[in-house]
Amino acid sequence: MAQRPLPRPTPETDHFWAGTRDGELRLQKCHACSHVYFPPRPFCPECSSRDVHVFRASGRGTLESYVINHRPHPAWTAPYAIALVKLAEGPRMMSNIVDCPQTPEALVLDMPLEVVFDKQTDEITLPLFRPAGGAP
Amino acid sequence: MTGVAIVGAAETTELGVIPHMSELQLHADAALNAFADAGITARDIDGFATAGFRPTEVAQYLGLKPRWVDGTSVGGCSFMVHVRHAVAAINAGHCSTVLITHGESGKSRVGKAGMAPSPASFGGQFEAPFGVMGPPTMFTVPVLRYMKDYGLTHEQLAMVAVVQRQWAARNPRASFRDLITVDDVLNSRMIAYPFHLLECCLVTDGGGALIVTSAERAKDFPQPPVYIWGTGESSETPIISQMESLTSSRAFRQAGGDAMREAGIRHADVDHLMIYDAFAHLPIYGLEDLGFCAKGEAGAFIWEGNTAPGGRLPTNTNGGGLSYMHSGMYGMYALQESVRQVRGIAPAQVDNVEVALCLGVGGMFGASGCVVFGRQPRG
Ligand SMILES: [Zn+2]
Repeated sequence: MAQRPLPRPTPETDHFWAGTRDGELRLQKCHACSHVYFPPRPFCPECSSRDVHVFRASGRGTLESYVINHRPHPAWTAPYAIALVKLAEGPRMMSNIVDCPQTPEALVLDMPLEVVFDKQTDEITLPLFRPAGGAP
Repeated sequence: MTGVAIVGAAETTELGVIPHMSELQLHADAALNAFADAGITARDIDGFATAGFRPTEVAQYLGLKPRWVDGTSVGGCSFMVHVRHAVAAINAGHCSTVLITHGESGKSRVGKAGMAPSPASFGGQFEAPFGVMGPPTMFTVPVLRYMKDYGLTHEQLAMVAVVQRQWAARNPRASFRDLITVDDVLNSRMIAYPFHLLECCLVTDGGGALIVTSAERAKDFPQPPVYIWGTGESSETPIISQMESLTSSRAFRQAGGDAMREAGIRHADVDHLMIYDAFAHLPIYGLEDLGFCAKGEAGAFIWEGNTAPGGRLPTNTNGGGLSYMHSGMYGMYALQESVRQVRGIAPAQVDNVEVALCLGVGGMFGASGCVVFGRQPRG
C-alpha cells in the first residue's frame, strides 16, 4: 500500500504538525474576539487581529458529515470514509474515522469522536478520530 | 442607451470525446465559432478573458491584441465572473468588445494545462492526507449533513439526475439521452456514498466562447442581443471543510443576491434557470440559496416536477453537467444554454424566456458567479 499524500508544513502551520507529533491537537484562539479557528494562520480570520495564541484542544468532536469513497486509492483499501469532524471547540476539520466499520450503519452523524494520532514519518503524524470510548 | 449584451456565443463544433484537439485548440475552436456567430474576427476583439489557461497564451494563439485582460480563475464559475468583469470594463471604457473563452480536454487530456495542488497548500495539508480523490470525494461531503438536517431522501437526490435526463433526452448534443428512473440512479455504481455514478457529472471534452459588447453597439450585430441585467460574484473557501455551513453556500447567496438586486428582478420574473450541477445536490443548494425555495424544500420542489420539462421553473435545460457535458469547468456551458434560451434557439426551448438566471460554482463550493440575462434591454 502506497504512502498517503503527506502535508508539507509551512511556518504558519508548523505548530499544528509539531503538536500532532507530540500527541496534541492544537488550535488557535484570538485574544481580541475569542474566536477559535482552524486551519492555522498567525492572525484571526474573524477580526484580523494578530494577537492570537495556540492552545491544546480537547481532541473531542462529533461526526458532522462524510462520504464513503468506493473508488480505488493507492494508499487506502476502499471503501473508506472521508469525514468532517466538528471539534468541541468549534472549528471543523477533515479526517478519517478509525476503529469503526466504514459503513453508513456504523458511521452515525453526530456520534461523539476522539482524536488519535497516527505516525506516518518522523516529521508527520496525522490526527485521526475514533468513536469516543473505543470501538462500538 | 447604457448596458452590455452578449452578441456572440458558441460551443466547440464537437462536444464529448475530442482526442484530436489540444486544450488550447478547444479554446480557439469555440472562439472561431463565436466570431462566426457574431460576424466578426479577432481584429474586432479588444478585451479578453479566460480561465484554466493563462490569457496570454490563448490571446496570442488567437491573434488578439487586447487592451484589457482578465485571468480570473476561480474554477468552473470563472466565466460568469468574466462576464461581470467585462460589463464593468465596457462601462468604464477600458475596452469595447470582449471575448471570453473556455476549452478543456477533460476526458482525452490532450495538451492539458494546470498543476497539482502543493502539499503545502491548505488542501495539501488538511485534506489530501485523508484520502480525497478529486471532486467526487470533496464536493459531496456536505450532503449527509443536509440530508439529516432537512430530511432530504436518497430518492429525492436521485430525482435531480432523473429530471435532468428528461431535458437531455430533448437535446441531440447531450452525451447521455436515454431516460432513467430513480431506481436506475440508486442502482448505479456507488462512487462516494451517498453518491452513485448517475449523481456525478460527466467527464468530457469541449469548449465555449462568448462575445460581449455595449448594448449600443449590440444592435449592429447579426444575432439578437442577449442583455446582461445583473451580475454577482464571491469566493468562500479553498477546502470543503471550511464552508461556513455544510447546508448552504455563502458564495451562492452573495453572488445570486447581488445579481438579482442589480437586475431588479423578483423570483417570479425568472423564466429559465441554470444551476451548475457538478453533482446532484448542487441544484438543491442553488434553488435554496437563490431563494426560489425555502430552506429544506428544494428536494421536494424538484421531486414534484417544478424544474422538469413542463414545470414552472425550467432548470438545467441542456441536461446539465449530469447529462449534457462536463469538461471540468462547466460554467461556460451553463452560460451558453442561458443565451440559447433567451435567443429562442435551444434544442429544448422553453416558451417566452424573457429573463434567465445562471448560477455558477467554482471549486468545491469554493466560489460563485451569477448572471441574469434579459431578452430586452433592462428597463
Ligand atoms: Zn479575532
